[in-house]
Amino acid sequence: MSDSKSPILDELEKGPWPSFVTEIKKAAEKSPMAQGLLEQLELSYKEKRTHWKHGGIVGVKGYGGGIIGRYSDASDKFPEVAHFHTVRVNQPSGWFYTADALRELMAIWEKHGSCLTNFHGSTGDTVFLGTKTSELEDIFTELSEKGWDLGGSGSDVRTPSCCVGPARCEFACYDTLSLTYDLTMSYQDELHRPFFPYKWKFKMAGCPNDCVASIARSDFSIIGTWKDAIQMDGEAVKEYVADANFNIQKFVVNKCPSKCISWDGKELEIDNKNCVRCMHCINVMPKALRPGKEKGATLLIGAKAPIVEGAQLASVLVPFMEMKPPYQELKDLLAAIWEFWDENGVARERIGECIQRVGLGNFVEQIGLKPIPQMVMQPRDNPYIFYEEYLEEE
Amino acid sequence: MAVSVEELADAMYELVTEYAGKKKLKASDIVKEMISKYGDEVDKEQGKEAIRCLMDSERCVYTYFGGTYIELPHKEGAEPE
Ligand code: HEM
Ligand code: HEM
Ligand code: SF4
Ligand code: SF4
Repeated sequence: MSDSKSPILDELEKGPWPSFVTEIKKAAEKSPMAQGLLEQLELSYKEKRTHWKHGGIVGVKGYGGGIIGRYSDASDKFPEVAHFHTVRVNQPSGWFYTADALRELMAIWEKHGSCLTNFHGSTGDTVFLGTKTSELEDIFTELSEKGWDLGGSGSDVRTPSCCVGPARCEFACYDTLSLTYDLTMSYQDELHRPFFPYKWKFKMAGCPNDCVASIARSDFSIIGTWKDAIQMDGEAVKEYVADANFNIQKFVVNKCPSKCISWDGKELEIDNKNCVRCMHCINVMPKALRPGKEKGATLLIGAKAPIVEGAQLASVLVPFMEMKPPYQELKDLLAAIWEFWDENGVARERIGECIQRVGLGNFVEQIGLKPIPQMVMQPRDNPYIFYEEYLEEE
Repeated sequence: MAVSVEELADAMYELVTEYAGKKKLKASDIVKEMISKYGDEVDKEQGKEAIRCLMDSERCVYTYFGGTYIELPHKEGAEPE
């Protein structure tokens, strides 16, 4: 028998994978909180129940978000984790750090917290896991002095986040990093001083591959797209076809969801009017095909995880908008949507649920958008707009 | 402007005190209440400014269980003794 304090958790160190147990043990060499966490977690595994309680007040002065209160209900046994609050730190756009930036963050965290982190939370933030109420103001001050800020939580704009975009990816149809930074700076008040009926998440994806899963995970999803024809390099197409393992008919043509690509043995033809911008052909033949030149983004609204109602994907609100600084058209639209939400929303209701209750058509009318047929709930669907007057007088 | 931001923040504090233990108010509820109380003398932007003034004065705190509310400071139920 070993004299380990965590025999059940130790099982999770076996096998070829990285182990969070090993990492907590490493942190425990420096931090009594991490040791306390290990021991409380062992108890939870043994009893098959959690020993965490939600907090609901702790925060830093002036801000209504960024800290999530957690307490132990077994603080008599594990006093080190009596408080175990989470700190959300606004991550850099696209999650690019220099080594110096990481050292700066960790120096603050080793001084004031458990040393445990989560890079990154699903909202996007850098997450510091486990600190006491008494440390919060110091953490905030030291982060601020170095130019960092807390992220969002509660009924505010949550920390906007994006895919790596043009920094690393040639498919990007707009600068996701620039837009994310701009929205973060433009909506500081909305981010730190909760004023909405509930949370509001922005996610920016550079193209329809949607590497940040914005369509499922954000109330307002901005997905890069193009208006004109897919760019094609005929020579590169031939190179793909010359590879005996590459079956263009099977891998590309047959898999186009709109059946709008054809291959006659010599030339690839795309009927761009019928292309739904699914990215499949481009992903399979990245050297030969590229998104078009007339680029922008599709704006979608209303996705959320199941809480009050079931899970919901976002619906198309604006099929195409140019995405160039200062993003005024986008900001005007947001102002109209937030005004609508303020008037119509009820507590703990996401914008998607509010729209569902009021009706998408009514919502679009109230925010002053012109209804157009491309406003759809999902691909290949009829528009959700109902035309009362079939003939409009010019 | 007939009502100053400070006066508005005071009125907000009174409102929160009045509702304490009865109903949890959101920031937007408080601003709407002020607009109906003062009418045209107050708009939403001033309301938001007054909320900021109220929170910075530490007379109230943000609380969050699901949604975010503005309440009088009190000891957290979940906090261990
Ligand atoms: C050769 C015969 C037919 C052809 C080629 C044809 C073709 C089509 C096509 C292309 C659509 C559009 C599908 C889409 O929305 O993506 C459609 C829709 C529809 N068709 Fe036909 N159709 C035929 C016969 C019929 C008949 C005989 C009926 C009824 C007795 C019918 C009833 C409908 C209805 C109700 C829809 C609308 C479905 C919806 O709104 O989702 N069709 N048809
Ligand atoms: C008193 C009789 C009927 C009434 C009151 C009625 C009413 C309606 C209404 C309100 C809609 C929805 C329109 C919309 O919002 O898009 C609809 C759709 C439709 N109706 Fe009827 N209907 C009647 C009879 C029929 C009959 C006899 C047929 C076929 C033989 C029929 C076939 C359809 C079809 C195919 C749709 C489209 C469904 C879709 O959107 O995919 N209806 N009807
Ligand atoms: S969403 Fe598109 S642009 Fe962004 S990283 Fe993924 S493939 Fe590239
Ligand atoms: S992007 Fe998708 S829909 Fe468009 S041509 Fe390629 S495979 Fe077809």
